[in-house]
Amino acid sequence: MSANLPPRAKFATALLRTAAALSRATGRGDGSVIGGRVGLIVEPRLLELLADGRHVVLVSGTNGKTTTTRFTTAALEAIGKVATNSFGANMPTGHTTALAKAPKATYAALECDEHYLGQLLDAAHPKVVALLNLSRDQLDRAMEVTALAAKWRQTLQVSAGQTTIVANADDPLIVWAASVCERVVWVAAGQSWTADSAICPNCGSHLDRFGEFWRCTNCGLNRPSPQWSVAHTGEAVVGPDGRRYDLSLQLPGRVNRANAATALAIASLFGVEPAQAAPRLAQVTSVAGRYAKVERDGRQLRLLLAKNPAGWLESFDMIEKDPPVVLSLNAREVDGFDTSWIYDVDFTSLAGRKVVVTGDRRTDLAVRLEVDRVDYIVVDDIRAAIAAVAPGPVEVVANYTAFQDIRAEFNRVN
Amino acid sequence: MSISTLRIVWLYPDLLSTYGDRGNLLVLAHRARARGIDVEPMQVRSDQHIPHGADIYLIGGGEDGPQAVAAERLLDDGALARAAESGKPILAICAGYQLLGESFYANGRCYAGLGILDLRSDRGESRAVGEVAGEGSPVLGIGPITGFENHGGRTHLGEAVQPLAHVSAGIGNDGATEGAWAGHVVGTYMHGPALARNPRLADLLLSWAVGIDPATLPPVDDTWPERLRSERFAALTPE
Repeated sequence: MSANLPPRAKFATALLRTAAALSRATGRGDGSVIGGRVGLIVEPRLLELLADGRHVVLVSGTNGKTTTTRFTTAALEAIGKVATNSFGANMPTGHTTALAKAPKATYAALECDEHYLGQLLDAAHPKVVALLNLSRDQLDRAMEVTALAAKWRQTLQVSAGQTTIVANADDPLIVWAASVCERVVWVAAGQSWTADSAICPNCGSHLDRFGEFWRCTNCGLNRPSPQWSVAHTGEAVVGPDGRRYDLSLQLPGRVNRANAATALAIASLFGVEPAQAAPRLAQVTSVAGRYAKVERDGRQLRLLLAKNPAGWLESFDMIEKDPPVVLSLNAREVDGFDTSWIYDVDFTSLAGRKVVVTGDRRTDLAVRLEVDRVDYIVVDDIRAAIAAVAPGPVEVVANYTAFQDIRAEFNRVN
Repeated sequence: MSISTLRIVWLYPDLLSTYGDRGNLLVLAHRARARGIDVEPMQVRSDQHIPHGADIYLIGGGEDGPQAVAAERLLDDGALARAAESGKPILAICAGYQLLGESFYANGRCYAGLGILDLRSDRGESRAVGEVAGEGSPVLGIGPITGFENHGGRTHLGEAVQPLAHVSAGIGNDGATEGAWAGHVVGTYMHGPALARNPRLADLLLSWAVGIDPATLPPVDDTWPERLRSERFAALTPE
């Protein structure tokens, strides 16, 4: 850890902290990215040096990274200090900053962008890597999803070594990528989006599905038997020995119970018993603004972030049945400029309730809802949306920059 | 109208459905129902037979591997080529457009297409990603077209097809023309839900399917699709 850092790395760390603090003080964000960039210029091996000697877990996948990392951090804090990139800065600059800011942390729980998994495996020598799911996301600027799974598979084959992989048995792309590793703990984390895995990633034949089970009709790739699963009834996780662990999460939806199952599986590899970890997950109320509840003019808004088709479907599964829903869509660079994917989302479940659309690309949403015969009104921004609904609970679903705009309206609520 | 139930077949969503391709099925169904036409949407997987005698066939976009598999299965099946010969409307998007031609490239090699459209596709020097727009074929009367493209292919049109549009923004086939049509078969690089942004193209396909002049289709309220079109055209103009 940092006590043993060579002088150049110590200097780089000090500069990193200064740059991050300056960025925060001047209101330019939390400083994770700029701090890490400065540190890595001075000492290109800074991430590796800062990770050395710590017990690291990486969490990657299309959806659920930030929440699973937050749950994992909460669980590992039972046994020591944990360094984590809780601001969602999930590339090497953000990882470097997270480690530099927590010099005394024995553990590190790092959310990792899908495209940097290989680099992080090599630099941080993680004890555990958790792979959640892969589905279509920002296709105009990112890789198509099968190509990404192939890249992971190759990376893991070369770099996984003694690392234990915690992987989702319900996602064929994840199973294919992880199955090259020697040590895998399988979690039945579910798959809310199956359209990217109709075809076997290994051989291109059809996958047959029988309830939860799936298998390739040609090459035999199939769903591994999971050690951990989300209980079919109630809010609980079932562990490898068949014991049930009640969750009582404050975060909604089946997808968060799946994130919790993954976090419990990770924690147990670090020696934290699930019975000890589960109550700690129940303390998590919101994650970088996601699921946060804010109040304005008698309206209680719950903020849900959904960045891609799988995320939107998951959020429709989470929302309460009756309250009005505000949908906000942007298509700025980090969102992806292409809005075609909204046609992969089925909006018909929103029919019959009040729906308000906003965001830079609200017109795209209006046309989309019309096609699904869902009534809507269109407003300019979140303030107008609040004014357009009756006092009481309101569900807000937004994609990335649309979500950040709404958070900004509420003092960057966490 | 001459059809009581319109059967719309969406081909191979298991292989070719990368960018909201379902949207074209939804838009056609929506616009048909708005005219009092019942719709029977059908999804046909690549391990199923393609039904004969449907009224409209749709095929979408996808990655190289699935595109090559789709072409092979369509050639084996034969029903899509017969549908084209008998004048059934076909809308093909991106990878689906390329494979209707004589040949196309995928994974670095040349594959035989279905030969329904007189065109050949190869690889461009760079990927075409972004908004695409242009003046639609005056013969078709579809007005200006607007869409989003994301493809590495370049398509060269033969004598027996007409371009769907002349490009004013984006790349399309080759930077000059976009898409192609012949008879009742239309192919385009405007990916995913192209019909959501081009309602007159949707209505043209519907009118072909029911065998009437598009001008005689009862109007539908296109306030929001027209606003969307205006926004997308406006976004092309440098501020």
